[in-house]
Amino acid sequence: MNILVCISVVPDTTTKISFTENDTKFNESGVQFIINPYDELALTKALEIAEKNNGNVTAIHVGLASSEPSVRKALAIGAESAVRINKQPSDAQEVATLVAAYAKDKNFDIIFTGRESIDYNSGQVCGLLGALLNIPSINVITQCSVEGGKATLERDIDGGRETIVCSMPFVASAQKDLTEPRIPNMRGIMAARTKPLEIIEPTAVDGFSKHNQYELPKPKAAVKMIPAESAGDLIKLLREEAKII
Amino acid sequence: MSVIVYAEINNGSLKKSALEAACYGAQVASIMGVKCHAVLVGNAGEASSELKKYGISTLYQVSENGDFNPDFHADAIKAAANACGATVVVISNSYSGKAIAPRAAIKLDASLVSNAVALPSSTNPFVVKKGVFSGKAFAFVTLEKAVKMIALTPNSIDLKEIAGGEAQLETLQVESASTAYTVTETKVQSGEIPLTEAELVVSAGRGMKGPENWGMIEELAKTLHAATACSKPVSDMDWRPHSEHVGQTGITIKPNLYIAIGISGAIQHLAGVSSSKVIVVVNKDPEAPFFKAADYGIVGDAFEVVPKLIEAAKALS
Repeated sequence: MNILVCISVVPDTTTKISFTENDTKFNESGVQFIINPYDELALTKALEIAEKNNGNVTAIHVGLASSEPSVRKALAIGAESAVRINKQPSDAQEVATLVAAYAKDKNFDIIFTGRESIDYNSGQVCGLLGALLNIPSINVITQCSVEGGKATLERDIDGGRETIVCSMPFVASAQKDLTEPRIPNMRGIMAARTKPLEIIEPTAVDGFSKHNQYELPKPKAAVKMIPAESAGDLIKLLREEAKII
Repeated sequence: MSVIVYAEINNGSLKKSALEAACYGAQVASIMGVKCHAVLVGNAGEASSELKKYGISTLYQVSENGDFNPDFHADAIKAAANACGATVVVISNSYSGKAIAPRAAIKLDASLVSNAVALPSSTNPFVVKKGVFSGKAFAFVTLEKAVKMIALTPNSIDLKEIAGGEAQLETLQVESASTAYTVTETKVQSGEIPLTEAELVVSAGRGMKGPENWGMIEELAKTLHAATACSKPVSDMDWRPHSEHVGQTGITIKPNLYIAIGISGAIQHLAGVSSSKVIVVVNKDPEAPFFKAADYGIVGDAFEVVPKLIEAAKALS
């Protein structure tokens, strides 16, 4: 069983976001980059499934050489091999197009992505890959197990959960709860140094979109404090002043 | 040229996010000087008379075909877009919307922007504002393909009625999709308000000391007709289900009111809620960073403050 896991590299969750060049570029200075947390769950689930089914996990990343430490980390966590498509993508559609071009003749049984990346929050790659490869796509999954060539999955729906049975191949996106992320051990880190990391030059892709300008949320007006003894006054203020209840 | 809106229905009635998508689509159509139509999968029921109020000209109805299948819904959008020559597609960024939109974008060779939070700031070039960095910032995205697709974050626009709608019902035939899976079970938490669509949210953190103390949080939420949410540590410790976790690695919400009780306000949590219209913070630590992001603050012990809030809310209703 062959499993492909899409890895996005994003600013650490504690990053204070700022922009440069008249708010046209994300300010990367001093920013620590990590594997997108949802992709880490996807990778761990892929390894769990591969271990039970004598499978093989490949990690794929679309990005420049600067993100290689994160790709190596995916190998240290346990992927057997990794692929980096050498392009700074401009959006999720470009990522999916490049990954689909790589995957289309490789017969992957399962492709995992994260639910969304925590930087651009598009949450599109799973569905895009499904459509591009003409396979089922199941987003925001919280459970996945494979038996007898079929997978049973649970996915979040608005206000509830859905259980799905799906034949392979399919693509699914990881939601929190899917599993606990694995931390690489020393043996994994050593092994990662010699595991294959293939670098592929990108195929030409049409432009889909451009991020041309960024904006930070407007600062809040000063907070209005209410003494704890008269906490009930808050409800009155919410109705009469803020007019929201 | 026209605009097409995917109207999501749930248990036979339109979701609020579907009305928002319709209202958004009709406003885009009016900026572009074209008509706005809608498509739904299932039985239209009352949908036509509701969508009429939001400026929808034609409502295309596609018969349901078995279980929910994003591929089939994407085919339905494509069929409707072709029927009315749409160059703009609007869909809600709900869990279903997120499943359907990318597949529809490929079928229509469209540029897709998800997480949109405002009307296009320009339609030529076509620029849409979206939330990025999980609520910590916004980006203005130019959509370059001839067909533009927008997935709109729930609670991003104010619903207002738009004149000129007829929502004339037309039936469209759509073939079975080329990919499918089987849905074996659907569990919907009945009686609860889905967090992503909730206008009012009561959220609590570690300051509640343990899951056994959530009764008062649920009671306050119930009295205000609000949804409940929680911080990451609370969901990590399994005090509350992960579906309630708001923040950078949980879900991002933008309700009208967000009441945070016993949550200090780490940057990752603020990222998920900072777009809320009004933020109330209750915390016994006057130095809690959350107060800087709040509109109203109460320094006090949750176990004393929350019962007072419940009492006052009950007195109002």
